[in-house]
Amino acid sequence: MNAGLHRFLELDLLPMLAGALAALTCGLLGNFLILRRLSLMGDAISHSVLPGLVIAFIITGTRDPIVMLLGAGFSGVATVVLVEVIRRYGRVDPGAAMGVTFSVLFALGVFLIEQAARQVDLDADCVLHGQPEHLGWTVPSDFGELFTPATLAAVPRQIWILLMMAMVTLVFIAMLFKELRIVSFDPQLATTQGVHAGVMHYMLMVLVAAATVASFEAVGSILVIAMLICPGVTARLLTDRLGSQLGVSAIVAIVAAVGGYWLGALGPSLVGFDTSVSAAGSMAVLAGVIFGLALLFAPRHGVMQQVRRQRQLATRVLIEDLIVTLKRAEDAGDTSVEQGQLAVVLRDAGTASRAIELAMREDLVLRAGESVSLSELGRERADGVLRAHRQWQSYLIEEAGYRPDHAHETAERLEHVDPKPGD
Amino acid sequence: MRSLLGQIGHGAPPSLAAGSEPLPSWQEILQTLGFQRGFNTTTVMLGTTLLGIAAGIIGCYALLRKRSLMADALSHATLPGIALAFMISAAIGIEGKSMAILLIGAAVTGVLGVVTIQAIHRHPRVREDAAIGIVLSVFFGAGIVLLSVVQSMSTGSQGGLSRFIYGQTASMLTADAVLMSVITLVAIISAVLLLKEFALVSFNEGFARVTGWPVTFIDLLMMSLIVLVTVAGLQAVGLILVVAMLIIPAAAARFWTDRLRWLVVIAAIIGGLSGYLGAAVSALLPRKPAGAVIVLCAGAVFLASMLLAPRRGMLAQGFQRAHLKWKIARDHLLEQLHERGAAGEAVVGHEEIRRVMRMRGWSGLRTGLFGRALAFQGWLSSKSDGLRLTDRGREQGGRVARNHALWEQYLVSHADIAPSHVDWSVDKVEHVLSDELIEELERALDGRGAVQGAAL
Repeated sequence: MNAGLHRFLELDLLPMLAGALAALTCGLLGNFLILRRLSLMGDAISHSVLPGLVIAFIITGTRDPIVMLLGAGFSGVATVVLVEVIRRYGRVDPGAAMGVTFSVLFALGVFLIEQAARQVDLDADCVLHGQPEHLGWTVPSDFGELFTPATLAAVPRQIWILLMMAMVTLVFIAMLFKELRIVSFDPQLATTQGVHAGVMHYMLMVLVAAATVASFEAVGSILVIAMLICPGVTARLLTDRLGSQLGVSAIVAIVAAVGGYWLGALGPSLVGFDTSVSAAGSMAVLAGVIFGLALLFAPRHGVMQQVRRQRQLATRVLIEDLIVTLKRAEDAGDTSVEQGQLAVVLRDAGTASRAIELAMREDLVLRAGESVSLSELGRERADGVLRAHRQWQSYLIEEAGYRPDHAHETAERLEHVDPKPGD
Repeated sequence: MRSLLGQIGHGAPPSLAAGSEPLPSWQEILQTLGFQRGFNTTTVMLGTTLLGIAAGIIGCYALLRKRSLMADALSHATLPGIALAFMISAAIGIEGKSMAILLIGAAVTGVLGVVTIQAIHRHPRVREDAAIGIVLSVFFGAGIVLLSVVQSMSTGSQGGLSRFIYGQTASMLTADAVLMSVITLVAIISAVLLLKEFALVSFNEGFARVTGWPVTFIDLLMMSLIVLVTVAGLQAVGLILVVAMLIIPAAAARFWTDRLRWLVVIAAIIGGLSGYLGAAVSALLPRKPAGAVIVLCAGAVFLASMLLAPRRGMLAQGFQRAHLKWKIARDHLLEQLHERGAAGEAVVGHEEIRRVMRMRGWSGLRTGLFGRALAFQGWLSSKSDGLRLTDRGREQGGRVARNHALWEQYLVSHADIAPSHVDWSVDKVEHVLSDELIEELERALDGRGAVQGAAL
């Protein structure tokens, strides 16, 4: 085994794996939180896990991972129940109910840590930041011994916990996909179909709490929050079906985790610094960057695409306004119109000449010097638009109850709408 | 986290007993509470009290505008600003700990975070909660990255930056406390002066816009006050818990009143008191982080308010519900006795009433207990052979039977409900009809009501 690979296995593989597993688990679960507008429940749970950890330790006096997981899981569920109680019985706005619950619990955690800090040196910092880069693995130099029990036993238990959690999540989603889908989109329908929406909700919440607990030991809770939300929202921008949304979110989560690790470890040296930066932080930032890119450039729902569509529509409206003006002039006996006159109808000279330019590109109008006239194609198009205008106008008056003198303006706008579906 | 778990293991299991710590004497406690304990402690306590008041007032608007969690994202988004300000000031050679520069940096990225939320949220596929979560986690992640860069820098003074995450009154200098007090005073004065405008925008944005108020500008002012309070609280409470100062006092005050003016006053009192007590406790006892204690004080007040507040509190509501349930059960029993016992004159046998009430799902035991309770209250008298209504019980039983008949008649003749479906829903409504409504029903039905109803 060469030295580079050995170094990679010893230092980089496990942090990357931990990040990817945590991101995968959280990213998948996050889809269902986002659909139910519960994105911030993950935020609340990951803050309020702190007192559970500390109390579990104070009661038992051990730092056994099972005890820690139980304590954290318990406080995760307690958070969900408390938020619900405050929201329902206190009639408090859901956001505020979450805020009250998690901040008080977090304060309790900070307070208790300070009390216990005399005997033990605790630090709330690590709960938030997480330090996946500290996960090391002692690897033998021979490739053949890589999968012996002894070597695998050297893998820290955080990895095993994360692996288990990812499996549980995958199985949960695979088995209950139908139920999760119906509950996410229409809880009332779910109830009439015999799917208990409340039970599904609590199962999902318990799973989120468990994923939070399993993940943040290795990667920190801020990454948990980022991965619960960013991949799911990114996937929602890229696809319209829940199944493919799950797939895309999983890919985004893993890319963000692995890429974020590389950026954190190697990025600074590329720009001439001799250190590495927080891996959990850079994973979260990369997840945010991927979301930003999707927001701007997604093929259907991206901002750029929307701007492009709007511009296309504006162009079409401009051209159609021009040819309709020419057609009306034609019907009144003028086969051609001076460009100066068009400038009056189409706001200003610049717009008019741009409209003529665009229409000529589509062979809709002909220009001879300063005078503009319709081509055969243009006449046909203009007829179509005028017909649409008249049809809309009579529909608005007869069916929609518009007053005749009010229908023109609305019809003027609707005439440009392309009746083709999907546009 | 790994190191957290790693470190827990050292030494003996911790004990929470404060036994080995000397408790402060009464004299010390009084001195502290009376602002007599050294200039620095006094300024810090004054500062946190003012901070609590300002956060309480401004939190009311955040609560009414449903911006509670927006404030959370804002406070998380201050972290990269703090780190950046530190790096920049270190690079150009200013003393990196200059509080004003760090707070300006915090405010800049905090505002940037809020603007980002608004921008992302405009996309129809990104809901507000998701936008808040994204900004919160990504900005905080960027903050952690920058902090790790700061930590690797060769300047010696970076140690203090993490105090912004959890807050640390102990490390506050007098100048910092004065700065905090000044910021919060500005926030308090502006919030009080703008009370009317904020109320208008919070309750009816559309009306405010139509009547020509600069809604966007007022909204912006409100947001900047939230930014001011957040930034001011960073040092004392820390950026994770400063949002609690904004949310909790306002949410607790909401239980006590329905009027905005009182809401603001009560929230200010709760916030101020929490700030004052939190700082005092933290000054008196060792290892009591002020931020956490302040939030726990506020949380205790919230819990007490939620349980005990008159009208909106859980106990009051539970009592109301129980009272209504009791009244309904009483009315049902009296109504049945009135019907079975020839308008309440005759004695209805124990067996008979048990049988009738069983049809309503009452157990025999329940009927017996209720009969005894109502006899104790003087609604009926329990004879050896059965129950008989007293005058008072007869009157009430007759009234319920009449309400039942009236409402039933109304539903059949005016609400087009089939006669066979009417009885069940009437059973629920008959108890809550007001006297005015009864009169109106009588007029509307013109006396036809009582006839059919008596048959039931």
